Amino acid sequence: MLTAAEARKKAPLWVRLLLPKDAPLYQRNDALFGWLMALPALLILIVFLVIPFLMAFVISFTNQRLISPNPAEWMGLRNFERLLSVRAFTLEPERDDSGAIVYQDGGIVYPRLRNFTRNNPNYPELDGLREFTSWQSGDNRTVILVADVVFLRALINTLVFASVIAPLQGGLALLLALLLNQALPFINVFRAIYFAPVVVSMVVVSLLWRFIYDGNNGLLNNLLGILSFGSFQPVDWLGNPYSALPAIIAMSVWQAVGFHMVIWLAGLQTIPASLYEAASLDGAGGWQKFRYVTWPGLRNTAVLVLIVITIQAMGLFVQVDVMTRGGPLDATQSVVYQAVQRGFEKQDIAEGSAISVILFVIVFVIAMTQRYLTRERR
Amino acid sequence: MNAMSFETRHNLSIGLRYALLILIATIFIFPILFMVMSSLKPDLQMLRDTASLRAFLPVGDISLNNYAEAFERVPIVQFAFNSVFTTSVSVAASLLLNSMAAFSFAFLQWRGKAILLSLIIATFIVPFEVIAIPMLLVANNLPWIGPEGIEIGWLNSYHVQIIPFIADSLGIFLFYQYFRDLPDELVEAARIDGASIWQIYARIIMPIAGPIVATAAILKFLVMWNAYIWPLMTIRSEELRPIMVGLQYFFQLNVAWGEIMAYLSMVTIPVLIFYLALQRAFIESIATSGIKG
Repeated sequence: MLTAAEARKKAPLWVRLLLPKDAPLYQRNDALFGWLMALPALLILIVFLVIPFLMAFVISFTNQRLISPNPAEWMGLRNFERLLSVRAFTLEPERDDSGAIVYQDGGIVYPRLRNFTRNNPNYPELDGLREFTSWQSGDNRTVILVADVVFLRALINTLVFASVIAPLQGGLALLLALLLNQALPFINVFRAIYFAPVVVSMVVVSLLWRFIYDGNNGLLNNLLGILSFGSFQPVDWLGNPYSALPAIIAMSVWQAVGFHMVIWLAGLQTIPASLYEAASLDGAGGWQKFRYVTWPGLRNTAVLVLIVITIQAMGLFVQVDVMTRGGPLDATQSVVYQAVQRGFEKQDIAEGSAISVILFVIVFVIAMTQRYLTRERR
Repeated sequence: MNAMSFETRHNLSIGLRYALLILIATIFIFPILFMVMSSLKPDLQMLRDTASLRAFLPVGDISLNNYAEAFERVPIVQFAFNSVFTTSVSVAASLLLNSMAAFSFAFLQWRGKAILLSLIIATFIVPFEVIAIPMLLVANNLPWIGPEGIEIGWLNSYHVQIIPFIADSLGIFLFYQYFRDLPDELVEAARIDGASIWQIYARIIMPIAGPIVATAAILKFLVMWNAYIWPLMTIRSEELRPIMVGLQYFFQLNVAWGEIMAYLSMVTIPVLIFYLALQRAFIESIATSGIKG
C-alpha cells in the first residue's frame, strides 16, 4: 500500500502541479477540469487587463510610441516631470536708477517672464515652464509656473468635476430613493422612468444635450425664458468657460442619478421594518426616523455610492469628447481626454500611459479610502 | 388645518406626493421625448417648437423624412449590423467563459485558485480608462491568423472589438457568488449518479442560473452596445464601425439637427423598448453590480 504522499510523488507532473497538496489523488480530474474551465477567462484577463496594466507603469518611464522605427528608450521620470512640474516664482518690480518702482498706466511694471523661462542660464529650473496663474503680493507678483498647462488644467477640472458630482449626484439619488421607498400604487412606474436615462448611451445623451444647451435655439434657454416671462438672457452654456463644466455636471447627473438611486433603494430595503415601528412607538417623527434609523443603516451604502461616483467621474471622457473637445479655453479638459489625445491622437503611448498611471494612483487612493471607511468595527 | 378631517389631509398628502413624483418624472422623460418628437419634424419647425411645449408633442408637419435622410447620409445599416454582431458575440462568449471560470472556482478543487480569485477581485479597482492606452499597444502587436497567414496587429477588425471583452472580473464574480450560494448537495448528488464535470456544469448548474445569466447578459449588453472609447481608438474603416462611433458623422453638422435626432432615436428606442420589457431585470442587475462591485 502506498501512502498518499508517495502516491502523489509517483503521479504525473500535471497532477502534482494542479492538485491541491491535501487533496486525494482521485480528485485529479477535478483539478484538471477546474484548471481548463478557468483558463480561457484567465487568459483574456491576463492579456487584456493584467499585461496592459503592468505595461502602463513600464511604458510611462520610456518614450514608446504606437508605431515607431526606433526602439523605445528609458526616460526615467521625465514624463511625470513634464506633466506635473509646478513652481512658484516671484517677480520683483522693475526699478529705475533711484530704486523707485516703475509705474506705467497705473500698474507696476515687471520684467518679462520669458526672460527667466527661456534659456536663462541663471534659472535652469525654470526653463520651458509656462504661466498657469498669478497674483499680486505686495509689490511683487507671484507666478505659478507649470510645464504642462493643459494637463494641469485637465487634472484640476477632473478633480473639481468628481468632488462636485459625488455629493450632488449621491444626495439627489438618495432623495429620489427615499421618495420611491414608499408603498404607493404605480411607484414602480416612477422607478422605471427615473432609471431610464441610465440605459441611454452617454454619447447619445451628450449629443442630445448639446442641442438642449444651444445658445440660440436651445431648449434650456427657451424654457428659462418662458419661466422668467422673457427676462432671462440666453446663455451659450457650452461656449462659456464659466458655464461649460457646470453644464456637463448637470447633464451627467441627469443621466446617471437613477443608477445610484437603485443602489440606495437596495440599501434602504435592508433596514428592517421593525426598527421603524419601534421608532414610531417611541414617538419619533419623520426626520428623527431618518436621522436615527435610516441614515445609520445606510452608512456602508453611502460610502459605496460616493466612491463609485467619484471613480466613475475620474474617467470623464465621452461628455467632453462629444460636447466640447476640452474647450472653451480648456475649461472642460479632463484627464482621460488628455490621455486619449496624447496616447491615441498623437500616438505618444508613453505620455498617455503616464497620464493613465497618475489616474490609477488617484483611483487607488479613493478605493483605499473606501476600504478604510467601511472596515468592520468591532 | 384643524377643520380638515384626517382623511382629507391624508388624501392631500398623497396628492402632493404624486405631484412631486410626476414633476420629477418630467425632468427625466422630457429630454428623451423631445429627441423622439424632434426627429419627426423638419428642422425649421423643430427650432420654432423649442419655444413652446410643442417641442414635446407630435404636432405640425410630422414625417419620417429625417430618418430617410439619415439613412442616405450615413451607412446606418452597416453600423447597426456591426454593433449587433459585436454585442451578441461578446454577450454569448462572455456568458460561457465567465460562468465556466466561476463554476470552476465555486465547485472544483485545484491549486492556486484562492489566490487567483482574490486577484480577480482586486482588478475591480482598475478602471478601463487606465488600461485603454497600453491596451492599444498590446492590440497593435498581437498576432492573428488572417486569410494571408499570420498577421501582426489587431487594429481595425471585428475581433479587436470582441475578444478583449469576452471575459471580465465582475462577470466571473457575479456568477461565482451565485454558484457559491447554491446547495452543495446539488453537485454531490450528481457526482454520485456518475455525472461528468461538464455534465454537472451544463445540465445541472447552468439551467438553474437563469437570474444571474440575465444580470450578466444585461450588463455586458449595455457595455458593448454603448462602446465608444475603444472602437474610437481601434477602428478606422467605416465598414467595421459600431453605431455609437458612427454618430461622429453628425458632430460637425450643426445644421442637420432633425437627422441627428432621427439617428439618436434609432439607436436609443430599441434599447428603451428592451429596457421597458425587462425593466425589473435591468434594475436588479444594476443594483447587484453596484453592491457587489
